[in-house]
Amino acid sequence: MGIIHTSRIKSPWIMHFDNSSCNGCDIEVLACLTPLYDIERFGIVNMGNPKHADVLVVTGAVNRRTARVLKNLYDQIPDPKMVVAVGTCACSGGVFHNCYNILGGVDKVIPVDVYVPGCAARPEAIIDGVVLALQKLAKLQGVAI
Amino acid sequence: MNQWLLAIIAVVVAPFIGGILAGIDRKISARLQGRWGPPIVQPFYDFFKLLGKSKIAVSRVQLVWLYGYLFFMITSLVLLVLQQDILLLVFMLGFAGICFVLAGFSCKSPYSHFGANRELLQMLSYEPVLLLMALAIYAQNGSFMISEIFKNNTPLIVPLWPIFIALIYVLTIKLRKSPFDISTSHHAHQELVKGIMTEFSGPYYALVLLTEWYEIVLLLGLVSLFWANPLWVGIIIALAAFVLEMFIDNIAARMTAGWMVKVSWAVGLILGVLNLAYLYLKKGVL
Ligand code: SF4
Repeated sequence: MGIIHTSRIKSPWIMHFDNSSCNGCDIEVLACLTPLYDIERFGIVNMGNPKHADVLVVTGAVNRRTARVLKNLYDQIPDPKMVVAVGTCACSGGVFHNCYNILGGVDKVIPVDVYVPGCAARPEAIIDGVVLALQKLAKLQGVAI
Repeated sequence: MNQWLLAIIAVVVAPFIGGILAGIDRKISARLQGRWGPPIVQPFYDFFKLLGKSKIAVSRVQLVWLYGYLFFMITSLVLLVLQQDILLLVFMLGFAGICFVLAGFSCKSPYSHFGANRELLQMLSYEPVLLLMALAIYAQNGSFMISEIFKNNTPLIVPLWPIFIALIYVLTIKLRKSPFDISTSHHAHQELVKGIMTEFSGPYYALVLLTEWYEIVLLLGLVSLFWANPLWVGIIIALAAFVLEMFIDNIAARMTAGWMVKVSWAVGLILGVLNLAYLYLKKGVL
């Protein structure tokens, strides 16, 4: 099914979930949607709905409260799905890593495909992360990107 | 035989036109917002991607209603292309809308229920206007048949211009454009998640997109009936109306459902009834 595989690369709809970030990374994720970066050029649309999403963009370290929510959201996304952890917090826990309520990076709860480090991660880096995730998907399916 | 062929061509070609129009919609919207925007064929990428996603159906009944939505939308398009009864077309369109609402009601998600309720309000605001349009066409031509419109040499827009304005209103509601982007919240993702669309995922959402493409073509077809002789003028008018919708979408804020019902009734019903009354007065019936 060549056309379906190509379309998967051309139309990644992202959903953004904020664990317990300081909002620095969230602002940067939203900055990607502005006319300056305009990620809709690549067919990327920000969806508020896990059932329509393809790429889950997670910011912030996982705490005991959000772990369950994150798992739930991940399960609601139909396959094939990708997870991008944005920001140092989402990668490893960052500055919050030894707080009493923090479990650690996103990979403690769900499998992560791409890590985008940075505090806060720059919009260019976030776009790069999503593109990397797509390249990974393309490689899995054996389509040229 | 010829009619069959025409119907099949319409059913096959309409999604392509609808998809391209949806792509142009996204491109123009992006340009109006100072962005570059996705490629024109982006809706097709979205469609095929959704087809390839895993199926998550929240209830079995939902699928029946979704297929019903598609089926009745195609039926009304075929009625238009074969130049049949416009009253029947309006009722078929209404039936399609009801199927969509029931699909929204068929699962337990509160967001989906909320969206379905609002979709009902939307239907409440445009159905009377569509009905008045059918009646006015009857008053003008003495027949509900669309083929009669093509026989008439004066374009419908001359005696029916108030109804035409009301129809542009209906077009805004039906295309879910901004002041009336109420049941699906296409642009406001934070509110209501995705409204009535929340629970349709993967291939089933693709089905909804497909039906929306048919709907765009059907509605623009209805608009072009207002200048049916020669038809190309009508098609240009319809495309101009479509571009106008994009401008309205980008300059207007989203409003509430109650406001929508009030305004569309105030504009649509008053214009429609006055127009109808005038047509009958001119004939000397009233
Ligand atoms: S990585 Fe830095 S900016 Fe991002 S959420 Fe953590 S502390 Fe905030």
